Amino acid sequence: MEATLSKGLFNQFKQGVLGGISIAIGYLPIAITYGLIARSTGLSLTETVLMSVIVYAGASQYIALDMIGKQIGMMEIVFTTFIVNIRHLLMSASLNEKVEKDSGLKRAIYSFGITDETFSVASVQKSMLTTGYMFGLTFIAYFSWVLFSAVGYIVGANLPTVFQDGMSVALYAMFIGLLVPSLKGNMKVLFLAGTAAIFNSVFTLCQVLSTGWSIVVSTLISAILVELVSWMKGGHLHD
Amino acid sequence: MISPIIWMIIGMGVATYVPRMIPLVVLQKIQFPPFIQGVLKNVPYAILGALIFPGIFFIQDEIWFGIVGAIIAFLLSYIGANVIIVVIGTISILSIVSYLT
Repeated sequence: MEATLSKGLFNQFKQGVLGGISIAIGYLPIAITYGLIARSTGLSLTETVLMSVIVYAGASQYIALDMIGKQIGMMEIVFTTFIVNIRHLLMSASLNEKVEKDSGLKRAIYSFGITDETFSVASVQKSMLTTGYMFGLTFIAYFSWVLFSAVGYIVGANLPTVFQDGMSVALYAMFIGLLVPSLKGNMKVLFLAGTAAIFNSVFTLCQVLSTGWSIVVSTLISAILVELVSWMKGGHLHD
Repeated sequence: MISPIIWMIIGMGVATYVPRMIPLVVLQKIQFPPFIQGVLKNVPYAILGALIFPGIFFIQDEIWFGIVGAIIAFLLSYIGANVIIVVIGTISILSIVSYLT
């Protein structure tokens, strides 16, 4: 009994790791570039890796490096980090509807691994998500981020630019690869993605909102608007 | 002796972790009304739209780079390729296109 249980857990973990491979690939160029910039900003290898280990948020780490370079105060950097990552509240709340019930401690541990990418991969899965899956998925992504931050610091400057250019598309390709299968034959998904894309483009290009807030606001507008429309039509188009 | 940078990193870590953790731990026992549940289930698809646009246009100085990348990724995933194949395929084709032009 116990053996089958642990075998089940291992399989779930393995599924999560497999699901996270595309993220691990996608993180490679971004983490390498981060390590490279951290070095040119004047951080030590320890500080560079520690930031990836403790903060683990691509965009805010880039922004922090930029602000350190401009000698901006540390409290401002911490506050900006909070604003940039406020969207994780929304992701965590959405994920809560999709993961299996489990102890608060286990959830508290794997919630550390919620990023735009792990959230996207997890939430487009058809079935309920197990805790083992979440651990596997977040582990492989985190491992890639931390490892390649260090690699970037050590060898980044020697990478050919063609490689760096081509790799810059990786995460976007992944987001598209996750969205398109759900898009097929599902008008609701098309409207959700399209509405949020339009609002986010308008907000950021007209500089109405910072990127961090813009993603939150346009996602909420789209999610609420489309839900209202589908309720008025009286149909639950979900499953 | 802990350097100021390390303190800042710890502060950033807390600022990032708290929004990630609170809903998953606190909301577990709360049953939302169907409308809110519907909105939360919509979030992934809406957020994917916002994560892709307009960011993909600005991955390189030249806007066509992102547009071509988006088209390749769309076509690969439309014909049913696995996400990993979409990522590797888009990187490869785009690198070749960029190398040739």
